[in-house]
Amino acid sequence: MSGTTVNGAPADLAPGTTVADLVAARCTSAKGVAVALNGEVVPRSTWGSTQVTPGDDVEIVTAAAGG
Amino acid sequence: MPETEPTDPFVIAGTVVGSRLLLGTGGMQSPESLAAALIASGTSLATVAVRRVDPGTRHSLVDLLEGLGIRILPNTAGCFTAADAVLTARLAREAFATDWVKLEVIGDDRTLLPDPIELVAAAEQLADDGFVVLPYCGDDPVVARRLEQVGCAAVMPLGAPIGSGLGIRNPHNIELIVEQSGVPVVLDAGIGTASDACRAMELGCSAVLVASAVTRAEDPALMAGAMRDAVAAGRAARLAGRISRRFVAEASSSFEGLVGGGMTIPGPG
Repeated sequence: MSGTTVNGAPADLAPGTTVADLVAARCTSAKGVAVALNGEVVPRSTWGSTQVTPGDDVEIVTAAAGG
Repeated sequence: MPETEPTDPFVIAGTVVGSRLLLGTGGMQSPESLAAALIASGTSLATVAVRRVDPGTRHSLVDLLEGLGIRILPNTAGCFTAADAVLTARLAREAFATDWVKLEVIGDDRTLLPDPIELVAAAEQLADDGFVVLPYCGDDPVVARRLEQVGCAAVMPLGAPIGSGLGIRNPHNIELIVEQSGVPVVLDAGIGTASDACRAMELGCSAVLVASAVTRAEDPALMAGAMRDAVAAGRAARLAGRISRRFVAEASSSFEGLVGGGMTIPGPG
């Protein structure tokens, strides 16, 4: 598996890893969380069925203090 | 003083917002002092930024705001292109289940002034996509009109650069924007202290957004309460209709029955 990044950092993911798996591993709660896969928003309803494939660029975001 | 009179509701895109003071959540020392300031401000709408998850973070800003009954207004702070701002807004819609967005597209990293070209482009895309777009913009009435024309639900001109505390540098432009706008005008950025917020309301703005002036004050909760009162006072003064400015004095006491018979008072002009 090469070139996959999660939040800008290289990630070595097991085959078959889904977006839901990533969120569960990195967030204390899925509330207030959103995911983009290669620059497109992944709807919450499809996290469980969306697999991350080699070379994908994943962004997992949430609220932070800000003006 | 109530922050919103029932007869004078603050409405954006058909939704009664409540308080005319919007609060930014950035720059606070702790979640506890943020909560105290939010409560003291009486705000109904607070901005949050959208950032990569930090596994080390324990407290949840979303839970804090929800617990206080405050609506979340996600922003696109830090975006320098329309494309980044549009993706950030779409992520925010998915994360917070709101189609409201404070749209920021910055054009210069020293002044943090908005890029009007990218801003209008992003605003049009998001409005077409069903977002309630509240764009942070310069104090240029022509840009404000363009933003309204592409479907923004409000316009949010700056008083001065973000975090500068310089107040309203061009009150005349703010008045021009208020006078022409068919959507609410929210003064955003540059507020330094309560009198600046009051002035914005006196100029006819529908609301004020304050962040640094509260969160970086020595006593944020005390300043939040001051802002709340200032916004209410400024709104009341605007509705009351101020007197005209005069070049010379106009006595408020009658000269009728003056002891000693009085002197001849020259008429005006």
